Amino acid sequence: MAHAQGAYYVPHASRWPIFGSVSLFLLMFGAANLVNGAAGGSVMLGLGSLLIIIMLFGWFGDVIREHLQGLYNEQVDISFRQGMAWFIFSEVMFFAAFFGALFYARAFSVPWLGGEGDGFSTNQFIWSEFTAAWPTNGPGEIGGRFSTIPAWGIPLLNTVILLISGLTITMAHWALKVGQRGALIAWMVATIVLGIIFLFFQVYEYVHAYSDLNLTLSSGIYGSTFFMLTGFHGMHVTLGAIMLTVILGRCIAGHFTKDNHFAFEAVAWYWHFVDVVWLGLFVFVYVV
Amino acid sequence: MAEHATYGAHDDHAHDAHDDHGGHQQSFFQRWFCSTNHKDIGTLYLVFSLIMFFIGGAMALVIRAELFVPGLQLVHPEFFNQMTTMHALVMIFGAVMPAFVGLANWMIPMMVGAPDMALPRMNNWSFWILPFAFTLLLLPLALYTFFGIGGGGPAGGWTLYPPLSLQGGNNVAFTIFAIHMMGISSIMGAINVIATIINMRAPGMDLLKMPVFCWTWLITAFLLIAVMPVLAGAVTMLLTDKFFGTSFFNAAGGGDPVMFQHIFWFFGHPEVYIMILPAFGIISEIIPTFARKPLFGYQAMVYATASIAFLSFIVWAHHMFTVGMPLGAALFFMYATMLIAVPTGVKVFNWVSTMWKGSLTFETPMLFAIAFVILFTIGGFSGLMLAIVPADFQYHDTYFVVAHFHYVLVTGAIFAIMAGVYYWLPKWTGVMYNEMLGKWHFWLSTIFVNVLFFPQHFLGLAGMPRRIPDYNVAFADFNFISSVGAFGFGFAQLIFVWILIECCLLRKGAKATSGVWEGARGLEWTLPSPPPHHTFATPPVIDDRQLAHGDVTH
Amino acid sequence: MGVSSMSGWIKGLALLAMLLLSTSVAANPEPWQLNMTPGVTASSKEVYELHMIIFLICCAIGVIVFGAIFYSVFAFRKSKGAVAAKWSHNTVAEIIWTVVPIAILVGMAIPATGTLMRMADTGDAELTVKITGYQWKWRYEYVGTDVNFVSSLSRDADAARRVGSGIDVRTVPNYLLDVDKPLVLPVDTKIRFVITADDVIHSWWVPVLGWKQDAIPGFINEAWTSIEVPGTYRGQCAELCGKDHGFMPIVVEARPKAEFDAWLAAQRADRPDIEATVQATPAATVNKS
Ligand code: HEA
Ligand code: HEA
Ligand code: CUA
Ligand SMILES: [Cu+2]
Repeated sequence: MAHAQGAYYVPHASRWPIFGSVSLFLLMFGAANLVNGAAGGSVMLGLGSLLIIIMLFGWFGDVIREHLQGLYNEQVDISFRQGMAWFIFSEVMFFAAFFGALFYARAFSVPWLGGEGDGFSTNQFIWSEFTAAWPTNGPGEIGGRFSTIPAWGIPLLNTVILLISGLTITMAHWALKVGQRGALIAWMVATIVLGIIFLFFQVYEYVHAYSDLNLTLSSGIYGSTFFMLTGFHGMHVTLGAIMLTVILGRCIAGHFTKDNHFAFEAVAWYWHFVDVVWLGLFVFVYVV
Repeated sequence: MAEHATYGAHDDHAHDAHDDHGGHQQSFFQRWFCSTNHKDIGTLYLVFSLIMFFIGGAMALVIRAELFVPGLQLVHPEFFNQMTTMHALVMIFGAVMPAFVGLANWMIPMMVGAPDMALPRMNNWSFWILPFAFTLLLLPLALYTFFGIGGGGPAGGWTLYPPLSLQGGNNVAFTIFAIHMMGISSIMGAINVIATIINMRAPGMDLLKMPVFCWTWLITAFLLIAVMPVLAGAVTMLLTDKFFGTSFFNAAGGGDPVMFQHIFWFFGHPEVYIMILPAFGIISEIIPTFARKPLFGYQAMVYATASIAFLSFIVWAHHMFTVGMPLGAALFFMYATMLIAVPTGVKVFNWVSTMWKGSLTFETPMLFAIAFVILFTIGGFSGLMLAIVPADFQYHDTYFVVAHFHYVLVTGAIFAIMAGVYYWLPKWTGVMYNEMLGKWHFWLSTIFVNVLFFPQHFLGLAGMPRRIPDYNVAFADFNFISSVGAFGFGFAQLIFVWILIECCLLRKGAKATSGVWEGARGLEWTLPSPPPHHTFATPPVIDDRQLAHGDVTH
Repeated sequence: MGVSSMSGWIKGLALLAMLLLSTSVAANPEPWQLNMTPGVTASSKEVYELHMIIFLICCAIGVIVFGAIFYSVFAFRKSKGAVAAKWSHNTVAEIIWTVVPIAILVGMAIPATGTLMRMADTGDAELTVKITGYQWKWRYEYVGTDVNFVSSLSRDADAARRVGSGIDVRTVPNYLLDVDKPLVLPVDTKIRFVITADDVIHSWWVPVLGWKQDAIPGFINEAWTSIEVPGTYRGQCAELCGKDHGFMPIVVEARPKAEFDAWLAAQRADRPDIEATVQATPAATVNKS
């Protein structure tokens, strides 16, 4: 709390937010044009994304510099923690929407289409040849016949990989706290490598699904929920891996001290969040 | 005005070292585009919100003009639907929400004794995303309206129900990405509010000593972080259904159009409380001041707000009683929805009890506050009627619903915002607004807004559906009256604008004291008017006797 | 127009007073109509009564709350030398205004639950009609017969409603509430409706029947009615369904059983009518959006 220190700290004005807004606009405008098949969409999207990356480096760069100048006090640190924690909470709610869609489809829409419960007439009048089952691409067989990825192969392996990566980053944190930089760096590298292996397997799995199983994004509700959930998760793992790499760099540069290394912890939290989401995926998308 | 005056005896120039953002030594660009100052950013939010209110209002006037008399005179049905859709999106995401964030920016740091918001740069980003988001949102409509390019804006209603919303042309993607940007903006804004209230309170400013406005915003911020991502998810599914072949909302693929409605309203209902809880906070600040009597049941107010927020997560399907839900679900959502009347009632009764045996004066903020209590309650009553499922089978998608939500939104949210602006304007500018004009603005608004929306109850009950550009002659008379009210109310708002210009730009009016209002209590009222550009350099010492709720035994 | 509306005002105020007293409201929308129609079915009457009960309870509470506000506004003015009391608490009062509303709400919920359950029971119907919403017309199928036709906005209204049509819509009878081919139904018969849509969501609503039911593409919603009074009853699509959402009315013609049977037989006789209306099954087309 505030009483801990003397003066409050307010950062000086910064160009990055307005820079970020313009870049975000370019990105979104480009994306819209891209999906609309309008000219220049992909260019703007690419440029926007590039500018966003520049902004992130610039903005966080300033923050790191101020941090190293010792301008920040404990209160600023707590504000950062609050910020990161609630940001992760918002991410959780984003995934909740897609899990909600999955549960709704499995508990209601598909059974109803198959004539269960309140769906009797729906089935009788419209989809009389359809019987509810999961996985399914619906009575319209949208996307054609497909087969699914068994949980106990690569998905299980990926689960183990992510769980171990959760351990390794905890080890890294421990090493940081006891000030063993060598171990810290080693554990960080291990975590990143595991993350990359996970991503590699995901990509492999996607290729397999598309080329051999005819399981695609447009394989009805199963394909939709499967790829949207695993896809967004994959994007988050990628982002997490990038952040870990940056943090690794900062570890090597010796930015962190035993008791002052919030950036490290923030990324660790994020990695654990990605980890937990995967567990949910493994259980609800692959197993049951 | 002294840029570096700091609070009381705690003048500490140590921080000037890294303090290069005091107004005068800043370029215009530095001050308004790169700001890390909660007051400047608050101002930006409020100005933006006013502009959006006029844009959304102009659209509303197009709607009302077309509905003036039966028959299509001015616009084609497709364009009418675009007006309805954009009017709602602009008013909700452009006018009301940014206005509340602006008020939070200005007041919360001063109320809790903080130097600024917890994350000032992110605060600036939260704001600056908005103008770009709305450029994206309004672009298709503007291109069509002014240059005849493209097919115009979204026309599927602000609720974006598929499959209809997916029939739109290019505007679909623009709308969806604009909503993503608004979501990012409000989430960051909400995180800032939470961090500020949790972490930046001056020592001695205990949670249960905070002004109610801070409490309601703390809870609102939580709602925002919980539901904005869900909206983002919902519109993302729309995007992939339209462009990437997913079948979330397509029965043939095993999905369900109604699934969108569930996800949307899981966001949508908390959203409506996001638009009213801060209003409750403002009213809870104003009434005690002008009743010269402490707020009745401070803690009850806090707990009531919390329970409203909790209940708001389990009532969403009351917007969907006619989609063919299982009986059990309909019953559950009816009961849960009705329950909300209880904590809301507690608030209403507490406001009335605060006025009871007070010593009342009726400056403009108080007038708006009293009107709020009465007219919001009327909107609440119609809301409760809508919650009764069998009755809603008749009310649903009629003008009765339109009347309901304009009573809670216009005479609720908007009136509270106006009350708050009049209440705090002298504090912000150091100049008293023109009380005479303020009263004129109030009375014209209050009379016309009822002429505008009250007859819509009758129209709905008589069977006029919403979202129609033309109607049977039986509905002509009340539509005529309603449209008259609309233009009256609309032009009354120009008085408001003039008052703001006088106060903020011309600086015309009596000098405001630091207390401004005789009955005002709280840390913010111990500051000079206008407060120094940087309010607190060091944590102020809290004197419980200066606080509105300093005595926790109450 | 201003003048005519002035005289309208006078008429209106008179009617207003009248309507406030009499609860009986005609089957179809009327000028200056203030209240919901009691309708022509048992359910619709229940709904109407429910509506009146909640409405009156809210009025009662309103009188108390607003009464207290106006009393304070006049009695406790500083200008009248009122001095503010210091208290900001009263546990008893707070308990009362928490518990009493709960009681009132329970009182409302009980009848509402009963009505809802009765309206939800579509069992043992004597006639089933399948309703399909299209942009922007309705198809009616008498299930078990081959009678099946499309019903859309009447021609004269369709001409008058165009921007700049030059036709004064006040001269068009039942403007926007009339169709080319109404849905004919028997009275005193439990009729089950199975409702769906072919393109986007629509909502089938005839106020005098006491309910509206959304038509969801790919799903069937059920509802029922049993009309007590023969007559012509008008309604509209009640879910935004695109540009002509305001122009897809519904007309139900309720006839005595015998007349209805004769009508149905006649429909079966003239086949061209059926040929003329293209048969579209939702299954084939829902996924196009
Ligand atoms: C600020 C926004 C706001 C607020 C505060 C509310 C408040 C409430 N709303 Fe409203 N509502 C909207 C905004 C809001 N609503 C919007 C925008 C829509 C339409 C969306 C769309 O379709 O476009 C809508 C639609 C809507 C519907 C769907 C109607 C339909 O489409 O068929 C329903 C149904 O239950 C409903 C119910 C309620 C209830 C029960 C409350 C309660 O919170 C009200 C509680 C308050 C009171 C009851 C009054 C004070 C209480 C007392 C004095 C105590 C004693 C009273 C009793 C015991 C009765 N609202
Ligand atoms: C906070 C939200 C908010 C606010 C403030 C308002 C404010 C107003 N609303 Fe809106 N409204 C909604 C939220 C809101 N509304 C929503 C959510 C819907 C549902 C949309 C849907 O169905 O999808 C809706 C729908 C809606 C409808 C139904 C449309 C339909 O069903 O087809 C109507 C019709 O009368 C209406 C009217 C008005 C009017 C007259 C105002 C007035 O209060 C506006 C007053 C303000 C001004 C008039 C602007 C200021 C003055 C000027 C601009 C000066 C004059 C200048 C010129 C003439 C250019 N609104
Ligand atoms: Cu069909 Cu509205
Ligand atoms: Cu709601």
